[in-house]
Amino acid sequence: MRSAVSMTVNGKKVSGEVDHRRLLVDFLREDLRLTGTHVGCDTSQCGACTVLYNGKSLKACTIFAVQAEGAEIVTIEGVANGDHFHPVQQAFHEYHALQCGFCTPGMVISVIDLLNRIPNPTEEEVRWNLEGNLCRCTGYHNIVEAALAAAKTLQR
Amino acid sequence: MYEYEYRRASSLDEAVALLTVEESRPLAGGMSLIPAMKHRLARPTRLVDLNAVPGLAFIERKGGCLEIGAMTRHETVALSDVVRRSIPALVKLAGGIGDVQVRHRGTIGGSIANNDPGACYPSGVLALGAMVETTRRTIEADAFFTGMFETALEPGEIITKVSFPVPDAASYIKFHNLASRFSIVGVFLARFGRRVRVAVTGAAPCVFRATELEKRLSDDFSPDVLRDAAVPADNLVSDLHGSAAYRAHLIPVLTRRAVEECLVSGS
Repeated sequence: MRSAVSMTVNGKKVSGEVDHRRLLVDFLREDLRLTGTHVGCDTSQCGACTVLYNGKSLKACTIFAVQAEGAEIVTIEGVANGDHFHPVQQAFHEYHALQCGFCTPGMVISVIDLLNRIPNPTEEEVRWNLEGNLCRCTGYHNIVEAALAAAKTLQR
Repeated sequence: MYEYEYRRASSLDEAVALLTVEESRPLAGGMSLIPAMKHRLARPTRLVDLNAVPGLAFIERKGGCLEIGAMTRHETVALSDVVRRSIPALVKLAGGIGDVQVRHRGTIGGSIANNDPGACYPSGVLALGAMVETTRRTIEADAFFTGMFETALEPGEIITKVSFPVPDAASYIKFHNLASRFSIVGVFLARFGRRVRVAVTGAAPCVFRATELEKRLSDDFSPDVLRDAAVPADNLVSDLHGSAAYRAHLIPVLTRRAVEECLVSGS
């Protein structure tokens, strides 16, 4: 069964007709060709598909596209300001917070979500809030460093 | 995933009407139902989305009760001052479910309707002796959880709110699976005057009350009365996370910690 759906993605109104089974992440990737949002596990564990949904982080593999009617969604493609990195992206770059980069879009969105809620987090708070994002390369150390550095930049 | 029909309800009445189709199911946060559908473990003909139904997400203190609307998200409970002032153990419980992305979406109604053997909320609902209000009736916690992924809910019946009697002291101690954050064993303890209720999740196919421990603690609310307490492993779960004997050992250990926490933070 199919239905029409429309939502705002990275500030742009988009619409489409989707199978009711279509997951939001597949709508973003396949229909809108916004392939920055990744599918790591497809079982709500890894967090590579994390997007902001009405301002809050959510795993786009665990919500149907048709549910997102009227929602405001921000993906990794929507966080930079033109050619300038978002401060969280810049911090990931400077602190070498990625190796293969597969988890990075989800990590960046989760850190943005964290800093929206807790502008000046402790290391423990950063680690606790990144529980839903798995990284197989870095051991998390530099990701945490980058999050703490980005917090300082954003506070300025 | 099998094909299904998606319907968005804009009122509770509409949701009830839409759920009259056989094998239809309400969709709350979807944090368990959608993964179950992907694995073809659930095959609803129709999902009735409750996310746009007004009036189901609220937290309210009413006299001696704390009322939480069925569509209230875990993160909302975890950050609520009203909950913190009334039953802080529920703040800890809700704040420790899954991860932040899951807590942003998952709901109390969805959690208890699903009744996963390792879920946190069923233990809080059972230990506090909460009332589960639905579109048809009020169900006491002791009669609500009936088996693994089974509850007293009938087809088409929707939870609207959960009403928790506010205890004198309560504590939730979870020994969690590091990957999923589900309980390997979780113990929720609540004390109302001399009466103590202890609910255990994660250890068996369904949340249950540790009545022997309750009896001891009702006589003497101190961690020492549990030193030689043993819980039989007969009906407990053995899986890759722990044997039944291991879980049986954890129950009095975690209950003791819960008592200690109550004594430190309460009264």
